Amino acid sequence: MIDFIRMLGRWGLGTLERLGRATLLLVQIITGIPELMMRFSLVVQQLFYVGVLSVLIILVSGLFVGMVLGLQGYNTLVDFGAEESLGVLVSLSLVRELGPVVSALLFAGRAGSALTAEVGLMKSTEQLSGMEMMAVDPVRRIIAPRFLAGVISMPLLAAMFSAVGILGAFLVGHGLLGVDDGAFWSQMQAKTDWYEDILNGVIKSIVFGFVVTWIALFEGYDAVPTSEGVGRSTTRTVVHSAFAILGLDFVLTALMFGE
Amino acid sequence: MMQSKQTEILVGLFVAAGLAALFMLAMKVSNLGDFTDEKGYQVTASFQNIGGLKPRSQVSMAGVRVGRVADIKLDPETYDAVVTLNIYPEYDNIPLDTSASIFTAGLLGEQYIGLQAGADDFYLGDGDEITLTQPAVVLEQIIGQFLYSKAEGE
Repeated sequence: MIDFIRMLGRWGLGTLERLGRATLLLVQIITGIPELMMRFSLVVQQLFYVGVLSVLIILVSGLFVGMVLGLQGYNTLVDFGAEESLGVLVSLSLVRELGPVVSALLFAGRAGSALTAEVGLMKSTEQLSGMEMMAVDPVRRIIAPRFLAGVISMPLLAAMFSAVGILGAFLVGHGLLGVDDGAFWSQMQAKTDWYEDILNGVIKSIVFGFVVTWIALFEGYDAVPTSEGVGRSTTRTVVHSAFAILGLDFVLTALMFGE
Repeated sequence: MMQSKQTEILVGLFVAAGLAALFMLAMKVSNLGDFTDEKGYQVTASFQNIGGLKPRSQVSMAGVRVGRVADIKLDPETYDAVVTLNIYPEYDNIPLDTSASIFTAGLLGEQYIGLQAGADDFYLGDGDEITLTQPAVVLEQIIGQFLYSKAEGE
């Protein structure tokens, strides 16, 4: 019994300690960002790895999610004779929810795990300590550019996801199912608000980008420097990111659309 | 060097594509596209009941959109809803005795204001008031009245 309580206590302390270290890392990253503006090429390079290479998976998934939404939504709406509202259904679900959330989940799987593995491997091969020996701060040189790149690319990827998804739904709805294209777009425009819906979706995706990159970089930076440790950190990145995205999504939705 | 140039170009394309997607969402998907043409002149109309009318609802004449609802207030004395309509500048020849009613698009659709042109020789200008108004039809009231009259007949 005592052992169990002690285990619980150790786990609690460990979690707290990791949270503290993660926050310290975040503070270090953020204080490093102004300096990073002087050497923006570092960020551009990371934008390539984090952003550009994620475009394909985002576009393909967005297209298919939109097409499925179009098909499913049509089947439900046609019962009420309201299939013209397909545009509204698709645009609101994509812009408010699916765009930010699904692209963040994909981003965590595609870019977050890569970031953790990369930084973790740098740590285990002692490249990070090597940098410190040369009086180069690894947080500013390695971590901060990746962080900024993640935060910048996430909203862009989410916007692409939503845009392509709406196009996919339009293709299915208009091309396959014969929904009137004028009604599709005009109802969508009438019911989707720039501030309420689209900007809130963008804010969501920025928050997700922030959290996912933070988790990924911290897991890499804090990884046990063995091949097993790096592997475990990579898994943790994906799992924790998914939890954080879905949990935060609820909180943000309640704040933004709950009233 | 060549490598980094290519990277920069791809990143540039990436950022441009992301911004283009956002732009498309703004212009094509949301109502921001027609938010820019907020020019026009303002006309008020008071209604007994506006139902589900909201700011930015359509104002149409013969089915053509001629403006939008700019503002809705409650008159503190008459307890009527005072609706400010923003009419687009190209429709500057709406007669003074035009009447305004609140309609519903379809059975469950949005509510909008429909204008029926009058025959006056003078036209509505900025700050004028439409005096002939018809309140929104509230479905529950009609059903209630129908049931009431039915019960009375028996």
